[in-house]
Amino acid sequence: MANFNPDLSSQRRRQAHSALLSLTHPNKSMFERQRALLRKAVPAGFPSPADDYVERRLSLDEHLIQHRESTFFMRVAGHSMRDLGIFDGDLLVVDRSVPAAHGCVVVAVIDGEFTVKQLLHTPQGKVLRAAHPDYPDVAVTAEYDFSIWGVVQWNVHRV
Amino acid sequence: MERAQGVMRRAIALVDCNNFYVSCERVFQPGLEGKPVVVLSNNDGCVVSRSQEAKDLGLKMAAPWYQMKDLAQRHGIVALSSNYSLYADISNRVMSLLSRFSPAQEVYSIDESFLDLGGIAADHTAYGQQIRETVRRCVGIPVCVGIAPSKTLAKLANHVAKQDRRLGGVCDFNRLSPAELDTLLSSIAVGEVWGIGRHTVPGLEAIGIRSVLDLKRAPANRLRARFSIVLARIVEELNGAACLELDDVAPAKRQITCSRSFGTLTASLVDLEQALIAYTTRAAEKLRQQHSMAGGIQVYIRTNPHRKRDPQYQQSILVPLAGPSNDTRLFCRAALYGLGQIHRSGYAYQKAGITLTHIIDAADKPNTLFDDVVLQQRTCTLMTTLDRINRRMGSGTIRLLGEGTSARWAMRRENRSPRYTTEWNELAVCRG
Repeated sequence: MANFNPDLSSQRRRQAHSALLSLTHPNKSMFERQRALLRKAVPAGFPSPADDYVERRLSLDEHLIQHRESTFFMRVAGHSMRDLGIFDGDLLVVDRSVPAAHGCVVVAVIDGEFTVKQLLHTPQGKVLRAAHPDYPDVAVTAEYDFSIWGVVQWNVHRV
Repeated sequence: MERAQGVMRRAIALVDCNNFYVSCERVFQPGLEGKPVVVLSNNDGCVVSRSQEAKDLGLKMAAPWYQMKDLAQRHGIVALSSNYSLYADISNRVMSLLSRFSPAQEVYSIDESFLDLGGIAADHTAYGQQIRETVRRCVGIPVCVGIAPSKTLAKLANHVAKQDRRLGGVCDFNRLSPAELDTLLSSIAVGEVWGIGRHTVPGLEAIGIRSVLDLKRAPANRLRARFSIVLARIVEELNGAACLELDDVAPAKRQITCSRSFGTLTASLVDLEQALIAYTTRAAEKLRQQHSMAGGIQVYIRTNPHRKRDPQYQQSILVPLAGPSNDTRLFCRAALYGLGQIHRSGYAYQKAGITLTHIIDAADKPNTLFDDVVLQQRTCTLMTTLDRINRRMGSGTIRLLGEGTSARWAMRRENRSPRYTTEWNELAVCRG
């Protein structure tokens, strides 16, 4: 509880006053809280004419990440999303704050495991579709413990 | 105390993460949902966080883990070593989200934050639900919200929100009539009040103060005489007067300690030296993070007091520096000097630690005529560079060789989860 000291500010004021009093009659508090005297070297030299034109360099973070707090990275293992350009070992940029709409690529949790699939809203309910002919659709029924963890915004693939 | 109708009451929210460390683990291991889970302290010594299921099984906070192993096996309790890199990152995300909900925020601890809802016109209960829903959706952490006219009451409101499942995780004391609030406070033990220590409770009970309501109604001047001004303020806060303001910035620490038990006992002086250098390095990083300097370093070593048959030894020493500094190398030299003074051979050491003391703001450092300004500048540049590299490339990328290359003394962390958010090669994996 840091705030139980109402006298602090007046104490500081007093110290500040005493520091102004005299250089010929220094008191202890002056030496306790010197700020400006004898502090550091003054830089000299010709100022760079380019200083006024410094701009931030482009950063992939600001391009790939829309919501800093809710964005996470994940690694892909497996080949079921091949036809959407997501390969084994790729890096996914996943945002948890984005609503999972029809057609989104999502990271879903099925029985406690992460899986990346395309989410489809069909008249029969939600379906997780792989992007590979060898992998069948997974209809999300009550038999699965299922939830959407986040929506894939980008896939970073090494060329 | 009756409050006049129409007086603007303050509204302070306390947002508190539920079972924070366990909840962090569950974000990336959803399979742990619904299971009894505990997180163990440094060195896997004792329980520091429990899921609701683990609480229901009767596991106690701070219980030594080796005593619980039977129970754990019987009920399939999952025990994880603490993963502070993960918890710190998730905490930062939660706090950053919460800052959107109020212009005035105080981050009180890794899993708690006060928000001033004073200027927010919305219905506060609904607003609290919105906070809960946002944190849950964006980072996956469940939180509870307590709202009240003072910080002390907000803490209690949060306690009630956690206990009473019917409230849906949000409890707003401002919505209760004075009579309803008093009834509620009469059902809460006085020990639950923020700032009332375990040792104060017997003293209060001796004069008949058992519930929070008893304390609220106690005459302030009598308490001030018998206990402390602090307790008198707590009573005022319980009566709805906000005495504690929100601190926008956490005050800088006056002492920084880094001490740990070793994974195995060690008789070797070299091991002790390496451990102390590693701890000192960590503490000096923290010191520079808060822009402070320290004027002394305390060194501490001890054997394992629970091994009664072993010869026992413990000692500590304070090594003062010539002047305040934030130079890792200087602290390490001082720590090793201190160790040399107190180390005795022939003992099996279990724990070592250092504390940086006499901490001041770096801006307040007194200058003397004997200062070597050039050398100080170079030290400052070196330390800044070191911190920057370690922050960007991962902590410990650059360190003093004195730390050694194989940490034989290092902690036991047999079941630490991956650092999902801070290490590229430990990301969560999803099946494609």
